[in-house]
Amino acid sequence: MDWLESFWLTYSTLVLSVGTNILLALSVYLTLACGLLTVANAAFMGIGAYTAGLLTVHAGMPFLFSLFFGSLLPALVALLIGRPTLRLSGVYLAMATLAFGEVVRILILNAEGITGGALGLNGIPQLTRWFDVALAVGLTLYVLLRLARSRIGRTMRAICQDETATELMGLNVRAYKLFVFVLGGALAGLAGALNAHFTYFISPNEYGFERAVEILAMGVLGGTGSPWGAVIGGVLITLLPELLRGLGHYRPLINGVVLIVIILYSPRGIWDLLHPARGSAGAPATH
Amino acid sequence: MLTLSSVSKNFGGLQVLQDVSLTIPGRGIFGLIGPNGAGKTTVFNLVTGLLAPTAGVIEFFGQRLSGMLPHRVTRCGIARTFQNIRIFKEMTLIENVSVALGSRPQYGALSVLVPSRRFREAERRETELARDLLARVGLADKAERPAGMLSYGEQRRLEIARALATEPKLLLLDEPAAGMNSVEKQQVMDEIIKLGESGLSILIIEHDMRFIMGLCGEITVLNFGRVIAHGTPAEIRASPEVIEAYLGREG
Repeated sequence: MDWLESFWLTYSTLVLSVGTNILLALSVYLTLACGLLTVANAAFMGIGAYTAGLLTVHAGMPFLFSLFFGSLLPALVALLIGRPTLRLSGVYLAMATLAFGEVVRILILNAEGITGGALGLNGIPQLTRWFDVALAVGLTLYVLLRLARSRIGRTMRAICQDETATELMGLNVRAYKLFVFVLGGALAGLAGALNAHFTYFISPNEYGFERAVEILAMGVLGGTGSPWGAVIGGVLITLLPELLRGLGHYRPLINGVVLIVIILYSPRGIWDLLHPARGSAGAPATH
Repeated sequence: MLTLSSVSKNFGGLQVLQDVSLTIPGRGIFGLIGPNGAGKTTVFNLVTGLLAPTAGVIEFFGQRLSGMLPHRVTRCGIARTFQNIRIFKEMTLIENVSVALGSRPQYGALSVLVPSRRFREAERRETELARDLLARVGLADKAERPAGMLSYGEQRRLEIARALATEPKLLLLDEPAAGMNSVEKQQVMDEIIKLGESGLSILIIEHDMRFIMGLCGEITVLNFGRVIAHGTPAEIRASPEVIEAYLGREG
């Protein structure tokens, strides 16, 4: 099993990143499936990462507790900011959540006494094992697949198509939106907490605008028709740069071109491309 | 059951409704007519909670609706359809109706997570219920199709089935026969009469005079945001104010 050991030594970070990125993609899937364009997930990830990291490093908390509070705190923050911001829709919601993300990043940057500021938080013990990530992804995927198949998933799709009509069917649309936003926050926080415990070091800029866009890209690219779409998006966005490593300087360029081509051919994500029977009801199927 | 007392609505400086009072006493089919821009749809939007009145009170069975959130109004027993159809085009007919059944869930949040017989049973019951409602509007054979593939008239009927799924006491229909040919109009009329006979109260907005006169026992006429007439179809037909509003003054 020598090859396995050497593979793991080289690629363990990548494999674990695939897992945490799937969690992030699932977190943004939840809001996208309701038609909400939120880009706060990177910030929730950051809150989760710092909460868990600080608890482990300074308070000596057991790993599981760190993970728990790493998901709980972003969920609470989501609950707090969700009430006012979810009244907005479309680009306005995107702007508000983007601004929130910057506030979080700058807050972490300036709270030097606690977070270490721009120098980041160092020496987080590497406690995340592959099965922790596998378990988190598996459980999350199971729950979201069950949700998607239940009346909750049906209502989410209805909200995405026509919010007002859904509301007038007697459904509490605001509560649904807040629910997916908070659950998405918890998931992003969990991803951040897990991530912090295998990268050894975290800094505020990891959770900025670039990360927010990357998470959004995973959700959109994979497609919001099913949680599986988010899985595809998460895996693809993580692995594509690695697969293109041989291209040297041209890597980011080709990476971008591939993403553009995918979106051009399947604007509703890869999941929709694989399952044309569902979702694309308006247009006749092309064979 | 439904009363609007001196309801006014302003959009900025524009007075859309002024001092509108309207009563739906109980069972029956009622009409709300008026020229374009008279404020008919605004009345529906106020009743269903999409808009809040600037002044006045709206009550349903003695309960104050003004200021209530739309989903609460629906749960009180008021359902509506829309002038510009608002079905969920990318869902099947069954799913469209099932969404509306969701306001009184058949199972709790926990049974969503764990596969159980109760969950499957509830889902099956819900599908059956949805199928029954679709049969009521003559769409049972298309239950599994995506709603976007329905014809215009069928989409309007799906909207009615979806509204019925919320178990309303009062149904508000916003131009249910718009854009239909005379055969389809007759079908819709028959369906509305059947619904009325089943014990539902219905308030209809409509432009087609023959349609509304043939259906309604009582009609209210709006013009420029004011009630200008109220009465039986015969009284409305004879009212000089109504004739003036629709045709202009003679000489």
